[in-house]
Amino acid sequence: MSYHQADYDVRLIQEMKGRTDFSLPPVEEGFVPEELRRASLNIPNLEENEVVRHYTNLSQMNFGVDNGFYPLGSCTMKYNPKYADVLASLPTVTDVHPAEDEEGVQGSLRLMYELERALAAISGMDAVSLQPAAGAHGEFTGMLIAKAYHDSIGEKRTEVIIPDAAHGTNPASAAMAGFDVIEIPSSPEGRVDLRALESAVSPRTAALMLTNPNTLGIFEKDILKMAETVHGAGGLLYYDGANLNAVMGRTNPGVMDFDIMHFNLHKTFATPHGGGGPGAGPVGVKAFLEPFLPSPRIVLTDGAYRFEERPRSIGKVRSFHGNFAVLVRAYAYILRCGSDGLKAASEGAVLNANYLRKRLAPKYDMPFGELRKHEFVVSARRIKEERDISALDISKRLLDHGTMAPTIYFPSLVEEALMIEPTETESMETLDRFADIMLHIADEDPEVVKDAPHNTSVRRVDEVHAAKELVLSHLRLRRRLGGDLAAMKADGDAKNCSFCATLIGTEKK
Amino acid sequence: MLKRLGIGSVEELFSDIPSSVRTDGIGIPPGMSEMEVIREVTDMLSANVTAYDRPCFMGGGVYRRFIPSAVKAIVSRSEFVTSYTPYQAEISQGMLQALFEYQSYIAELTGMEAVNSSNYDAANALGEAATMCYRVNRRRKFLIPQVISCDKRSTLRNYVSGAGMEIVEYAHDPRTGEADMEDLKRKADDDVSGVYVEVPNFLGVMDRQAAEMKAAIGDALLVVGADPISLGILKAPGDYGADIVIGEGQSLGSPMNFGGPMLGLFGCRQELVRKMPGRVIGLTRDAEGKRAFCMTLQTREQHIRRSKATSNICTNEALMAVAAAAYLAIVGRDGLRSVARSNMASARKLRDALASVKGVECPVLDAPFFNELPARLPIRPEKMSKVLMRKSIIGGIPLAKHVPEMGDCMLFAATEMTTDREIEMLVEAMEVVS
Repeated sequence: MSYHQADYDVRLIQEMKGRTDFSLPPVEEGFVPEELRRASLNIPNLEENEVVRHYTNLSQMNFGVDNGFYPLGSCTMKYNPKYADVLASLPTVTDVHPAEDEEGVQGSLRLMYELERALAAISGMDAVSLQPAAGAHGEFTGMLIAKAYHDSIGEKRTEVIIPDAAHGTNPASAAMAGFDVIEIPSSPEGRVDLRALESAVSPRTAALMLTNPNTLGIFEKDILKMAETVHGAGGLLYYDGANLNAVMGRTNPGVMDFDIMHFNLHKTFATPHGGGGPGAGPVGVKAFLEPFLPSPRIVLTDGAYRFEERPRSIGKVRSFHGNFAVLVRAYAYILRCGSDGLKAASEGAVLNANYLRKRLAPKYDMPFGELRKHEFVVSARRIKEERDISALDISKRLLDHGTMAPTIYFPSLVEEALMIEPTETESMETLDRFADIMLHIADEDPEVVKDAPHNTSVRRVDEVHAAKELVLSHLRLRRRLGGDLAAMKADGDAKNCSFCATLIGTEKK
Repeated sequence: MLKRLGIGSVEELFSDIPSSVRTDGIGIPPGMSEMEVIREVTDMLSANVTAYDRPCFMGGGVYRRFIPSAVKAIVSRSEFVTSYTPYQAEISQGMLQALFEYQSYIAELTGMEAVNSSNYDAANALGEAATMCYRVNRRRKFLIPQVISCDKRSTLRNYVSGAGMEIVEYAHDPRTGEADMEDLKRKADDDVSGVYVEVPNFLGVMDRQAAEMKAAIGDALLVVGADPISLGILKAPGDYGADIVIGEGQSLGSPMNFGGPMLGLFGCRQELVRKMPGRVIGLTRDAEGKRAFCMTLQTREQHIRRSKATSNICTNEALMAVAAAAYLAIVGRDGLRSVARSNMASARKLRDALASVKGVECPVLDAPFFNELPARLPIRPEKMSKVLMRKSIIGGIPLAKHVPEMGDCMLFAATEMTTDREIEMLVEAMEVVS
């Protein structure tokens, strides 16, 4: 084991002191009404050098795809190509105001128009809106479209059906749009239970939300029957595009008879995830739903691109036109891959997943059949029973080897679940190394594993304590402690109080 | 690999996809080299008129600002850029601490102790603030100012539709652009869940009424939309009674990017934290008692609470939040104040210059303003945009879409980037058509 994460003794930036190097040409002070005038501003002045060091050190206490293997199930953490970042940094991307007259943004509009068409071709949908900022935002938009559609034909539909294995965003988005969520169980094969679906549909059904392949990595082969059932009852089919990376070129949501979908450009189309965002969650629909897409639409007339408002549109789900810098990256990726490259990407993703599953089989059981698509869920139940090592312990021990852990305890129908998605951009050598580590951990001294991680910048983090104290800012911390932190630290009082010691960051024992 | 799997070709791995839903390839062109991709996309985008090399007087929530080079260096660190949401806290302390620092900066600026690690943008934050008010007091009316961006108005409608909330607009004083307190008081009845006010408001006015609002709205929640740069010199909304503060954080170190990604600021009073949407980073300790950070209150979030979650938000704008922290760290207290002052000074020069143009009415409003102000034009503002564009100037925002009764006005913004020469160019170009 050779991985050791950097561990700098970094203070909170709010605890640092200095002088600012920043300056602007001096100006006269303008009039600020007294009722709104600020009396004090408690943020430190710091030297630029210190700030750059601080964040560079912090970056080294973080872990990205560029650091190592990132098999987070459902997240499609593939390599983020650098040409995409270069293009997204062009002034023609960064320095364009979203309210500029159409004449001045023909380049942006053309790129968006072309990207919409490419996504439509990839998905088998007829029209795409690039406005939503993230996958869940796309789901919410899709649900608003479903509602607007049903309203437009005079139907009051209140329920959305969602399988129990679905991503948590699905029920959350449906509920936010005002729908009641009807959850249906999975069959013993790990697929949607057709009978449960049949008994769940009714004249109240607005939509079924589904991802295919599902979160177990299993292809829902009865998708057309499900579509018939839902459409027969007057409902719509919503495709959660989180798992699109499994099937590009082999099938698509359009031929599977879905009516609405979202894409996760930060998954399938390789844009970097930024430690939590930005992403982009465009929404695609069949032609009969196009009038309801968010406004404005981009149209091409007489060789010029322009915005067009549509009377039946749901309106806006955010300001402006979408996460454009993310759209540029995804468009560049699609151009680079092309039809052949995208198909090959899905092949690679599926091949890597199946290879890795096979390598893990000696120690890790995989419930629900054999063949998987781009991801698979194994259970650490046997290891837990025999050696008292849980999925959580395994995930923490993986960190010690300089590899990101899989998604754990999801989906909940698998006990001690480890959800693994290797993606197509990993070499066989990387997959073998990961498999060797996983097999090794299963046989390791349980004490070492349960005590992991050992090689990261901090040891196992106490999440219960965080939830109990709920200190979300330095302001809260100061008010919570009710005193001068520096003084408390200096006089050593704090060290007698474990709570204070933690909060103000006294030295490691 | 195929051999190990005991199969002859990759095709066999797709045997579970029935022929009835098979497709034969994708209807887009084949791939191209990196060199060609860069050439093609660069060429395509070259049709854009950028604020990089010409004057820009456009604002409305998104501003051409100076971004210190070090901010870019920090947010380009690929350990940050290529990481996922920090679910595995032990190996993600860097991102977690950076986001905690972001939350801390926004807490200082707004006076809210609880800040989330970002919403998508200000419009989305407003929508989520309204539904949060409903979660707090179960009332269904939400009051907003009449002068507001049309994007926010439309987004808000969509966000509150699920909870069955009603949006009611309160009037503004047409002379000052400030909130009409009499109208607000009339409308602030027992069914009102929350009241939204912006400082500065959409017309750039530092609305003095905001400071009096909390007392005028009973026990409804006060939601303040704040511009973070202005908070360098303006009072923290928490100091005049805000329960929730939202805002657009693009000004803090992120480029305009044709409107995305932006950064939705969201903070609330500590007592309300469990009703707050979004991901939050909390302070804690590791197994050895060392200070550490982790995501907390995840039991409010979609992956645990599913349909009962406070919000569906998962992917957010974390990297923009890191940019905001880096920006505030670099400019510091003194720098933020000087940026705010510089904005005010530029906007006053702009006002005086616009006032000198024949046929242009400026100022239109009699109230203190921050860095933006409307001017009444002798020709249609939409036409003026095109005229200015042809002179290589990005003009202001035509107001018709946002504030219909000011359809003959254009909203002009100035920032620390606005030079005297740029203002001269604007005036010269406008004089020709006026």
